[in-house]
Amino acid sequence: MSDWGINVIFQGQNFLRLLEGLGVSMRIAVVSVLISSVCGIFLGLLMTSRYVAVRSLCRSYLEAVRIVPLLVWLFVFYFELTKVLHLQLPAEFVADIVFSIWGTAEMGDLVRGAVTSLPAHQRESGLAVGLTRWQVYRYVILPQAVRRLLPSAINLVTRMIKTTSLVVLIGVVEVLKIGQQIIEVSILKVPTASFWVYAIIFFLYFIICWPISLWAKHLEKRWQ
Amino acid sequence: MKSWKKVFAVIATFVFTLAFAAGCGSDAQTDKVKTSASSSASAIEQIKQRGKLRVAVFSDKPPFGYVDQNGKNQGYDVYFAHRLAKDLLGDENAVEFVLTEAAARIEVLEADKVDITLANFTVTPERKEKVDFAAPYMKVALGVVSPTGEPVTDVSQLKGKKLIVNKGTTAETYFAKNYPDIELLKYDQNTEAFQALKDGRGAALAHDNTLVFAWARENPGFTVGITKLGDLDTIAPAVKKGNTELLNWVNDEVTKLGAENFFHKDFETTLLPAYGDSVKPDDVVVEGGKL
Repeated sequence: MSDWGINVIFQGQNFLRLLEGLGVSMRIAVVSVLISSVCGIFLGLLMTSRYVAVRSLCRSYLEAVRIVPLLVWLFVFYFELTKVLHLQLPAEFVADIVFSIWGTAEMGDLVRGAVTSLPAHQRESGLAVGLTRWQVYRYVILPQAVRRLLPSAINLVTRMIKTTSLVVLIGVVEVLKIGQQIIEVSILKVPTASFWVYAIIFFLYFIICWPISLWAKHLEKRWQ
Repeated sequence: MKSWKKVFAVIATFVFTLAFAAGCGSDAQTDKVKTSASSSASAIEQIKQRGKLRVAVFSDKPPFGYVDQNGKNQGYDVYFAHRLAKDLLGDENAVEFVLTEAAARIEVLEADKVDITLANFTVTPERKEKVDFAAPYMKVALGVVSPTGEPVTDVSQLKGKKLIVNKGTTAETYFAKNYPDIELLKYDQNTEAFQALKDGRGAALAHDNTLVFAWARENPGFTVGITKLGDLDTIAPAVKKGNTELLNWVNDEVTKLGAENFFHKDFETTLLPAYGDSVKPDDVVVEGGKL
């Protein structure tokens, strides 16, 4: 029985299709992680601003992204935007936008947490030795904040990679959907197909996410 | 002073968040007006200019719409889509398949992502309010599959026995409403339900007749004792609400294809390999839109 199940993976182009699907997932993840890292740092710093208006504006952006499920954002950008503005955006582009919006909000909150967790005397000492506000951020606050940020940021990155499987609902076919296509085509003849297909998908996600965790661990050690 | 600032911050946050949410809400309201206004008279011209007919199909519902091991779209719906492209644009490959999920079948039409939805789309009164259905090309009813040794050929045989159904399907509602004295064993997944039948946890299993036919064929020792039960549902092509030009064209096309028994040919090519001769084509196929 079991050897029939695994054969499903190697029928026709199936394995290649799974890899292509993984490519789609990874492309969306990489683009949105890069954008969210850059924008998230700026958002995080804005969230520590002295001005209440700036802080509450950032805060409402974060809350709006958090309380509305990601799936709804995907639908809003892909379907509703077209209906209202007649703006036809390609599905993968919509995925990049929505995941960047979400990643930026979450990363911003992590950065805010890391920055505010630093003792106040760090900033005060920086100012006292004559650094400008920008220099204090560049040389004192950010280098320390990034170290505190690392574990939770890596967690966010792997979460973003795995959450890309939602994009199938706006018609982007990624690795999990291709797995389901393979399972459904073979389920009647090979009932064990689902086990093997999910095992392969597990393995594919693992070889992507595990090195990221290893690299993070390595950095944490080096910076200690 | 400080606490006053805090209160202000909380209120401001609340207001902004509401504004965001309201922004999304108003989108949903205005779209109704716009969709009916934007249905252009030259829908078919647009498709011809584009040179491609965009059709929403399933990618994981064999044998109706699925992707085969070489990554090609296949199935009963896909076969029909190729024919539509051939008749409209002169090339059966002038079709762009947009893979869709059950939940997004209405949205893809409303947002102009596709011209026609051919995704095993059952006609219901609720859906009719949102999209325009053309003449049907398929029909489904419930079927009951049971072990060949103890076949269930009539619903009365099920009294006092257990019947396996899937949660949320028409089978569940039909039996709960019409035969409350039959005990139902409910499962979430198709695979679980069929496994339960194999394990002998119930006397029979009820589901869409097309599905039980396909399953019985792959699993010797089981037969579909009741092939048609309950309300007959139809499956039809759908276009965007108000797109009368394309709707009329699809209706004409279904009538024309009926004259040459096209859907029987479609059945033989795509469904017969899955169902075998256990299914009579006339139990599933609708020709010329006439039941």
